[in-house]
Amino acid sequence: MRYLNDSEIQNLEIKANSIRESIIEMLIEAGSGHTAGPLGMADIFTLLYFEVLRHNPKDPLWVDRDRLVLSNGHICPVMYAAMAHVGYFPVEELLTLRKFGSRLQGHPHRELLPGLETSSGPLGSGLSQAIGMALAERMENPYSSKYFYCIVGDGELQEGQIWEAALLAGKEQLHNLIVIVDRNGIQIDGYTKDVMPMEPLVEKFESFNFDVQEVDGHNIRSVNDAIGKAQAVYGQPSVIIAHTIPAKGVDVFERDFRWHGNPPGKGPEDRVPKDKQGEVALQRLHSLAGAIIPSDRS
Amino acid sequence: MPQHINPNIFNDTVERVPNRNGFGEGLKAAGEVEKNVVALCSDLTESTKVSDFATAFPERYFEMGICEQSMASVASGMAAMGKIPFIASYAMFSPGRNWEQIRTTIAYNGANVKIIGAHAGVSVGPDGATHQAIEDIALMRTIPRMVVIAPCDSNEAKKATMAAATYDGPVYIRLAREKTPVVTTSGSPFTIGKAEIYLERNKDHAKKIGIIASGTILHGAMTAAHALNEQGIGVSVMNLATIKPLDTEAILAFAKDHDALVTVEEHQVAGGMGSAVAEYLSEVYPTRVVRLGVHDRFGQSGTPEELVAYYGMDEKEITKTVHALVD
Repeated sequence: MRYLNDSEIQNLEIKANSIRESIIEMLIEAGSGHTAGPLGMADIFTLLYFEVLRHNPKDPLWVDRDRLVLSNGHICPVMYAAMAHVGYFPVEELLTLRKFGSRLQGHPHRELLPGLETSSGPLGSGLSQAIGMALAERMENPYSSKYFYCIVGDGELQEGQIWEAALLAGKEQLHNLIVIVDRNGIQIDGYTKDVMPMEPLVEKFESFNFDVQEVDGHNIRSVNDAIGKAQAVYGQPSVIIAHTIPAKGVDVFERDFRWHGNPPGKGPEDRVPKDKQGEVALQRLHSLAGAIIPSDRS
Repeated sequence: MPQHINPNIFNDTVERVPNRNGFGEGLKAAGEVEKNVVALCSDLTESTKVSDFATAFPERYFEMGICEQSMASVASGMAAMGKIPFIASYAMFSPGRNWEQIRTTIAYNGANVKIIGAHAGVSVGPDGATHQAIEDIALMRTIPRMVVIAPCDSNEAKKATMAAATYDGPVYIRLAREKTPVVTTSGSPFTIGKAEIYLERNKDHAKKIGIIASGTILHGAMTAAHALNEQGIGVSVMNLATIKPLDTEAILAFAKDHDALVTVEEHQVAGGMGSAVAEYLSEVYPTRVVRLGVHDRFGQSGTPEELVAYYGMDEKEITKTVHALVD
């Protein structure tokens, strides 16, 4: 973990906004896919790919890389966009999302795109895979400094397999495992609190022997600090519950669960008519990009 | 009798060993040869015979608790880091309960994981239908890339396990609970994907029936065929240990050499080994294929012998079926 100065934070914020623009462009072109989750996780993915992960986009299979396992595969547009912007593949390829023959499948397929650690989509299984990787690493090298990051959705925590996996992580005291929960409060059928309440989440993870932190998932400095602390924890796995705003960055889409699984052009019309959704989203992000200036930090 | 078949198989004194014991020996032997072999088990270490490996290599053995779904995906993660995981449980739970994890995180992911489904078939006996997996072959053979093996005895289970450890890709090995006759010897050939003819029909007889069997039930096919050859019907037996990939060359030649075929397996007739044989032959060489197995029913408690007889897969039923085909 590295301390980030204000100008570095600002650069990451600008980058996150570009990634959000890419996400919207990809979804408009694809005509299907998920909007709220990818936009909400753009700050965290930017921080991970541009700052936190030890990796090499020009050598995606570098053996000593950290591993990032995306368990909630449906938010892959944010992962693809971050990977393209950091140099894994050309940004233009993002527009092939969900199209026939594309390496950017609707849900990620490891074998098609170097840099993906797993294929995912069916919820609940990524955490187990990250644990398997972390265990295998510890067998080979108990002093390894590699970290195994796993992104899970909050709705995904309803899957029983997550808690099977959590039992094992606690049992094995996997200090090299860092789980980040996208706590955006929504899922397809509605607000998580209505579909199947998950609180008290902090206590749930603590009772499974995790070190637990809660952060504002849009405050890049806070998330970076939390990851730094998680890296320093020894003798137990870590979870960072990142509170995020679904569809963050496009204010007229934010906080509405109906944006979970719809692309611009097919979302709810209360705030923006369908035929304007893509254009408005890009305008909003464009104006935000201009608003991220050093004076905000003074 | 072909070479490498136990010369004692038609005697009452034939040695009986559960084929899961062969798996246990094979896993330990594979672990000795290949340091990347690891074993995961869901609270059934003794009865699945992972215990031999666990004792020999405690640092490479992981007790997962009763968490079959997570076990499959943890193994996938380990494989991504270069390990060769064997996951073991009862077939009803793995691949029964964790089928989607096996499909997505193992097969689709291209993970080099071996799935051991013990206690398959109605011969599990008194535990009853909840513990008798008779759908697992169908579940596994429809998954792309998956190799499916049902060893006929402990020797073959040992060889299949060792072969699976060196094969690069997902493999399912189906095992039984009961002590069953040892049909092969330690020298019998075993290659993944290769069928073997274990009993050649008496060529003096005009009527020619071929029996194809998978798993420990093969012994009943052997004894039935042996008696039928002496009664004037030419009956051959093929051991189709690997159900996927199907040895189509051997099956086609076998079909051409016989008037009709009988398949025998401790599985639903829908989607099992017999289905695989019939699917293939119907396209290339339409042949009468009578499938013996469970006909769209659940199992129940009883002794293995009672159940195998009741569901119509024992030596008596095989004999009756062959007679009906030639009469």
